[in-house]
Amino acid sequence: MEQIEILKEFVISNFLFGKSTILEYDTDFLEKGIIDSIGILELVCFVEETFNFKVLDDEILHNNFSSLTKLNNYINLKLGKLQKVVQKCAV
Amino acid sequence: MQFTKDSILIDPKTEVVKIIENIRSNVFNTLKKRGGVVGVSGGIDSSVVLALTVKALGSDKVVAVMLPEKESSGDNIKLVNQLIYKVGAGDIIETVSENITDTLTGFGCYRRRDEAVKRIFPEYDSSYKMRIILPHNLLEGNNLNLFYLEIISPEGERKKTRLPVKEYLQIVAASNFKQRSRMSMLYYHAELKNYAVIGTPNKNEHELGFFVKYGDGGSDITPIKHLFKTQVYQIADYLGIPAEIKKRIPTTDTYSAIQTQEDFFFRISFDLLDRIWFGLENNISTDKIASELKLTIEQVENVIADIKRKINNTEYLRKFPIDLEPAIELI
Repeated sequence: MEQIEILKEFVISNFLFGKSTILEYDTDFLEKGIIDSIGILELVCFVEETFNFKVLDDEILHNNFSSLTKLNNYINLKLGKLQKVVQKCAV
Repeated sequence: MQFTKDSILIDPKTEVVKIIENIRSNVFNTLKKRGGVVGVSGGIDSSVVLALTVKALGSDKVVAVMLPEKESSGDNIKLVNQLIYKVGAGDIIETVSENITDTLTGFGCYRRRDEAVKRIFPEYDSSYKMRIILPHNLLEGNNLNLFYLEIISPEGERKKTRLPVKEYLQIVAASNFKQRSRMSMLYYHAELKNYAVIGTPNKNEHELGFFVKYGDGGSDITPIKHLFKTQVYQIADYLGIPAEIKKRIPTTDTYSAIQTQEDFFFRISFDLLDRIWFGLENNISTDKIASELKLTIEQVENVIADIKRKINNTEYLRKFPIDLEPAIELI
């Protein structure tokens, strides 16, 4: 399954109780009230466990966590950075 | 309407007359009660509400209840005594002190909370202090509201970490016994005399969801719920609330470590929060608010986004129990 679909499935099953009709890839789930402050804690935890990296405090921003697209971009950026670090260490 | 940084300021004299009439009319006529009970903490809100209630109902129809427990600030009793002396203006106000430590111990408030804290910091014990905070100032960025746990050792060493969901929920659920126990005790004293419980939440607490449902949110009348904290301070000045109470930084009186309301929830000074929120409510443009308050547009936008998020996220707290229509009706 594609990364963004994994995120979508998590948001739908945990916060929308299976109803996917109001969730588009660019839906702001904070402004729409889909995810509250406890939901953000759950989302951060899910991202850390699923993609196996630590979300830093300064990265928990509206720009990174407010929609599926933004979250997907953030994860890609993080995984890309981690990949570079691994390659550097290997060299 | 012209928006300036002072547009939010009210005429305290007029407002006090309005509130006093409202308390008197609602307690005696609507609720049909003989007087009022106010829980007093030594903070600005409960002090203002006590003073207003005494003016509205008379000092012989008011009971002030202090509700200390083993983690309360020691300053509270001294400040409440100053307040009672000032508000009474020579008359005696009945004052009751109920220590609720045993009640909270019975509920397992401290034990259940500490279990969760120890799962994160195993070295934590009763010699430590702890608190939950929202560490990022809203003016410094658009960080989302994530709660952190901070412990302070007897030597003053601080450790802080982001709270996992399970531990956050357990700490909050256990700590909320404090507000709910206080509410139960206030109703005991109210029912003992056929009085009403006069609530102390202000607009910031009520609308942004900084209260415990059926805890400090539980009362019969809320005479300052329509006032921004800034306006509560104006009323406090007008009523002559003691300076020590006015200059005290508002705290939650919930956790063992001192925790300001700004640390825990609001993430910005009331001075700015209230003015930005007032501008928002009155449809003032973001750039106008920013220029009047000497902030950047981005800073104002961050604060407005946070206000909207908090209002949305805490709607559940303000909802009454949801019920159904009658099962059958004769048409």
